[in-house]
Amino acid sequence: MSSPTSTPGGRKRGRNTNPSTPSSEGPTSPPSQRRRGQDSSTGDLMPMPTSPATDMLSPAAPQDNSLLSSPRPSVLPNEVDMSSPLMYGTPSSRVEGTPRSGVRGTPARQRPDLGSVRKAPQVDLQSDIRYSPFLVQKRFLQRFIDLTSTEDENAGLDLNEPLYMQKLEEISVVGDPVLNVNCLHVQSFDAELYRQLICYPQEVIPTFDMAVNELFFERFPDSILEFQIQVRPYNALKTRNMRNLNPEDIDQLITISGMVIRTSQLIPEMQEAFFQCQVCAFSTRVEVDRGRIAEPSVCRNCNTTHSLAIVHNRSVFSDKQMVKIQESPEDMPAGQTPHTTIVYAHNDLVDKVQPGDRINITGVYRAVPMRANPRQSNVKSVYKTHIDAIHFHKTDEKRLHGLDEDAEQKLFTEDRVQTLKELAAKPDVYERLSSALAPSIYEHEDIKKGILLQLFGGARKDFSQTGRGNFRADVNILLCGDPGTSKSQLLQYVYNLVPRGQYTSGKGSSAVGLTAYVMRDPETRQLVLQTGALVLSDNGICCIDEFDKMSDSTRSVLHEVMEQQTLSIAKAGIICQLNARTSVLAAANPIESQWNPKKTTIENIQLPHTLLSRFDLIFLMLDPQDEAYDRRLAHHLVSLYYQSEEQIEEEFLDMAVLRDYIAYARTYINPRLSEEASQALIEAYVDMRKIGSGRGMVSAYPRQLESLIRLAEAHAKVRFSEKVETIDVEEAKRLHREALKQSATDPRTGFVDISILTTGMSATARKRKEEVAQALKKLIQAKGKTPAMKYQQLLEDLRGQSENAITKELFDEALRALADEDYLTVTGKTVRLLA
Amino acid sequence: MPSTHDWINNPLGVVEGMFAASQNNPNSGWEAKAVEFFKDHLKEKDAHTWVPSLNDVPLHYLKPNSLVKFRCLIQDMFDPEFYMGVYEAVDPSTKVLRCGKYKDVTECGVDFDSRNTVTAERQTFYCVPIPGENPWVKEISSSCLGFVQARVVPSTSYAPTRQKRSYEEDDDMDDMDTQMQREPHTGPQSPTEQHGNGDCKRRETEAPSSQTAPASHLDLNFPLPGEKGPSCLVKVYEDWDGFKLNDTLEVFGILSVSPALSALADKKDASSSLLDPTECMETAEEQRVHSPPASLVPRLHVLYAKPLPHNNPLLPSATLEDNSAFLSSTLSEMASVRAELLTFLTPILLGDALAAEYLILHLISNVYSRRDVLPLGKFTLNLSGCPTVASYTERFYQIIQQLVPSSYYLGMSLQNMNQMRFVPKKDYSANRLVSGALQLARNTSLFLDETQLEQGQLDTAGVRNVTALGNLITWQKVDYDFNYHQMEFPCNINVLIASEGRSLLPSDCQIHLQSQITPPHMEEYLSSIHVHPQASQLNKFRMYLSVARLLNYSISDEVTKSVEDDFVDMRKDDPQSISAEDLHRMLVVARLLSLSLGQTSLSRDSWLRAKHIELLRRSRMEQHTCVNGNEP
Repeated sequence: MSSPTSTPGGRKRGRNTNPSTPSSEGPTSPPSQRRRGQDSSTGDLMPMPTSPATDMLSPAAPQDNSLLSSPRPSVLPNEVDMSSPLMYGTPSSRVEGTPRSGVRGTPARQRPDLGSVRKAPQVDLQSDIRYSPFLVQKRFLQRFIDLTSTEDENAGLDLNEPLYMQKLEEISVVGDPVLNVNCLHVQSFDAELYRQLICYPQEVIPTFDMAVNELFFERFPDSILEFQIQVRPYNALKTRNMRNLNPEDIDQLITISGMVIRTSQLIPEMQEAFFQCQVCAFSTRVEVDRGRIAEPSVCRNCNTTHSLAIVHNRSVFSDKQMVKIQESPEDMPAGQTPHTTIVYAHNDLVDKVQPGDRINITGVYRAVPMRANPRQSNVKSVYKTHIDAIHFHKTDEKRLHGLDEDAEQKLFTEDRVQTLKELAAKPDVYERLSSALAPSIYEHEDIKKGILLQLFGGARKDFSQTGRGNFRADVNILLCGDPGTSKSQLLQYVYNLVPRGQYTSGKGSSAVGLTAYVMRDPETRQLVLQTGALVLSDNGICCIDEFDKMSDSTRSVLHEVMEQQTLSIAKAGIICQLNARTSVLAAANPIESQWNPKKTTIENIQLPHTLLSRFDLIFLMLDPQDEAYDRRLAHHLVSLYYQSEEQIEEEFLDMAVLRDYIAYARTYINPRLSEEASQALIEAYVDMRKIGSGRGMVSAYPRQLESLIRLAEAHAKVRFSEKVETIDVEEAKRLHREALKQSATDPRTGFVDISILTTGMSATARKRKEEVAQALKKLIQAKGKTPAMKYQQLLEDLRGQSENAITKELFDEALRALADEDYLTVTGKTVRLLA
Repeated sequence: MPSTHDWINNPLGVVEGMFAASQNNPNSGWEAKAVEFFKDHLKEKDAHTWVPSLNDVPLHYLKPNSLVKFRCLIQDMFDPEFYMGVYEAVDPSTKVLRCGKYKDVTECGVDFDSRNTVTAERQTFYCVPIPGENPWVKEISSSCLGFVQARVVPSTSYAPTRQKRSYEEDDDMDDMDTQMQREPHTGPQSPTEQHGNGDCKRRETEAPSSQTAPASHLDLNFPLPGEKGPSCLVKVYEDWDGFKLNDTLEVFGILSVSPALSALADKKDASSSLLDPTECMETAEEQRVHSPPASLVPRLHVLYAKPLPHNNPLLPSATLEDNSAFLSSTLSEMASVRAELLTFLTPILLGDALAAEYLILHLISNVYSRRDVLPLGKFTLNLSGCPTVASYTERFYQIIQQLVPSSYYLGMSLQNMNQMRFVPKKDYSANRLVSGALQLARNTSLFLDETQLEQGQLDTAGVRNVTALGNLITWQKVDYDFNYHQMEFPCNINVLIASEGRSLLPSDCQIHLQSQITPPHMEEYLSSIHVHPQASQLNKFRMYLSVARLLNYSISDEVTKSVEDDFVDMRKDDPQSISAEDLHRMLVVARLLSLSLGQTSLSRDSWLRAKHIELLRRSRMEQHTCVNGNEP
């Protein structure tokens, strides 16, 4: 009866028998009894064990110790159950030379996650157990090779070797006796084992434990572990969504995703109560069964009734925590409130998660009837449900240090990937997608294309080794134009489209609202950092409406975000730098409510040029005044008001497809520049600089080159292409030119002049300023030796001399320029010459 | 078969009979049959009027375990719960299978280890009476029930006042206090000021003595302050995915007020055992919210739930499409009723017929569709130039209240803006959605009184509230606060803003009131117009407004063409004069104008008329370009 392989069926069945009958001997061994060996070996030796942890840490005496403490009556649950599945001696069982090694020497740790709520058997396992899971499990562990591994966890492991054997090796080195097993691996290895694991986790996981421990101590007989290895399966594809849980899932292994909303304090849960007789000091232990202690009323030693009192610090407790999770907002159908589920975390899973974490949790789904009240025959006919957690996986963990987000969270079905790829193969995919973007907004094709590229974003590049840090991969776009040109609507659409979008209005937001602020948590009374819109939209898009209405101090925080993509915070003793890799989509209204075509962009929207130059694309949304356009617009609007929903569906891609398309491209496509594309980019840049150089203007800066690269990469992503090619560069060039044409045209000359955006003043304007200054200088020189002049007189003289109209501002500027040269000085209404 | 009314008095008997009959035949599908049975019976002529309504009859007059109906709004959705669909009695002598469906408690000891136990799932919704439902709706719907009440409630002493006072009482008293404080500022208008909170009806019907009733510790979570009426935990057994938050329903179900429900809760409070893993986990607040005493919050086990497209009791319950006779008769009358309504409203709007016309359009507006983020059909009206004297806005609201089934008056005083909760917020410790004033049913009229604005500073909450109002008006959605994230809930609320100058909130359409009455006579004038019209006339108006909102509408290709031509022509003359936004508005005006005349498709005439009234309105706006700083 020592070899577990010989009677797996019997053992499995036995686990379901009522554990409160201490006489359950032989092949039966309820899960709770697995702990007994350990208790018997230490509990009585240690006079005051304060917690199970010390129990486990104390040197485990050999098993047979319990026999030495035999004066106890045999009815006590402390007797050694030699056939207990975890206490068995394997044929290869080690000589007990090293007391803390080998299966026998290592204490088993109880698994309240599997056995805390024991129920009567719901299924007859006999029929299932003809097949031996134990052997399959061993084979699985020994042989499973995962060639397609992409998980971070497995980094550094040899893909051609059996995966879990390598993990066992890792355990022997690290000493953390937990083996995480991906259920998908189990499924691909043996579908039947997977089915059993899902359907009877309470029975199958302990045999898995046994298999692991046997293998482990065969291979690493001398390693010392704190307790026996526990298997933690994860990624059970039974259920992905909390909403789909139904009574059929009870007692099965499930994986659901959600967000932690509350965690309770640590709850010490009594596993075993220790009673001592007040009369004869005889002690007895009673196991907690379904949350109840059957208090012995009669002392078996002296037969006194009601003499037993509980001794709390000799009872056995385990750690337990309640975690409440809520459906993640992405999984929710519209118009419903999120569901919540209670999860119990046990032992070392306690405090693994914090409120706000997005997690995938694997565990056993339980339903417990409301406790019957002995005085009442009626009970509430409702069950309480919860999940006993076996494995937590934080899905947003990677966001903290990695680049690739949501890779696991957003799993695409194969069909979906196929549809997306088919779509990508179409030659006009770019046009299709851009027209699917905000179909209710008419025309503005280039703007939509720009926003589309922004949604895809460029490829991330890391130059931190060469000291330049990360390059910005996100495209920033500014829309400016007349009020009522559906800018806000476009912003709303984008905000609704992307999963991690934020929408703020410049009017109502403050600098702290955008960045982060420190507040006292109402519950814990501790200072916590609350993040604002920019940080929350990390890896997403931050839509800022009424950009022009923002106060200067608020705007100043955007400087750092829009180029370095970080946010530095120093307040209330918290100094940190947060990631804010967000794309900014901003909308601004002209200062005079109507766009003045006679003025430059800067003059129209009154934004500092330092900020404007950080936008890759600046679009003007103006009202074109053209009959054909009006007609099309009218048709578009009227149809909006009478077309039925179905007609609309047919015409455009729906939002879900677009969303998936973008998510897929952002996750999986990472294009690199091809040789030709680099050449094309260089040429484009040189051309751009050439345009201006002829007239003594600079029409492009390196920032523009970077923008071009980003746009080209984004366009390649739209095509699902891993390579940036010339067509991508062409489109990037075209779009960039379009945007420039709209926003950086000097209204005085009609030429595109990038310095309007980079320095806030067009080159012609600057030239003109210099001319006036020179003319003024000449005028003063012509006047001869007059050390002081009247301001007004000088202005009139200059006006009389010049053929162009000289405004007062222009004159002041000229004076200032001359003052800077130390040629003259202005005091009040008098101009004095220096030197 | 049960006799005529057994299915109302003892529906569980019917269910259990079917369950027992099905025991020999495992695949009988008795559950579907039971639901069918009740549906069929309710379809019978007038049958649904025999069922007593939880809205009208106080809870203690209703028979437990009888069939009742409830007109309500889904305020919150709780987690689904698992219950014993079938269980076995533990007592060996009565070892029979029992049905646990439509029940909260079991009738005998349960054998938990029985193999015959069937676990099933149901969903709980927390439902409140439709917020802001006006008194006339309640009156009319309860008078339809006269015969049933007489039968269910033999005692004649029952008067339609609510006995149960709850937490709201305190709120109310606070309101009173604050009003007292405000009075010195508002001066002579104070007598009517009391009506300002939209709950004048309550004060009219309730004796002041009831205020001394003990306040319960339970917050029944009504969206609007001053609401009353039973809230209810509605248990849904099938197709619960089809229900959405803020849906309005008429629920037919079995009333369960078993005291055992509350007894269980009490017991838990008294002795929270450390060892029971299920009990120490829930906070006391959660217990209180999720299992409140059944005497305050009864349970309703749904047999049949019907979504309500409107809550106007004057309309036949069948949908308009199914009731063509009614539809054609009302359609033919609509033009004349409209004219009557116009003459009724014009004096209230100080003789301004154009404003009255716009008001009618506003009252029948409705978000009928959404194109991506853009709600179509909304028509928020900003009525500027309202006289500030003599509490004109309150009087005006009272008229609106007489016309629409549900409405709410929100005075935009600094205090209200800073202190009221507008946006519902999730309370994680009690695990429920704490309601806010913007959690309203579809087609509720929200009356924003900007004349109440005063100088002062909006705090954070106030700014958030104003933003929420702005979002509501522009996008017809409210972002509910879920602490870690926000969730967007689309809504369909008619917002009417009364202000002196142009409103600080956005609106689809602003019309400046042109008073035909000179200010010195205002006081007298207002008291003279505040006469109740005849009930029959009012009912005609009420019906008219509800029907017009429910009509379908289309534009023929021909008219489309002419609208396009018009637009192009207008732009040709002066591109500044009309923008895309103006066309949007004109299309909505044309739509509403056609519907208000009972025309279900746009005619050339209606289009021209829409253009005409828009022109009049715009010309009026130009005269008032500079009233305050809110002009564009």
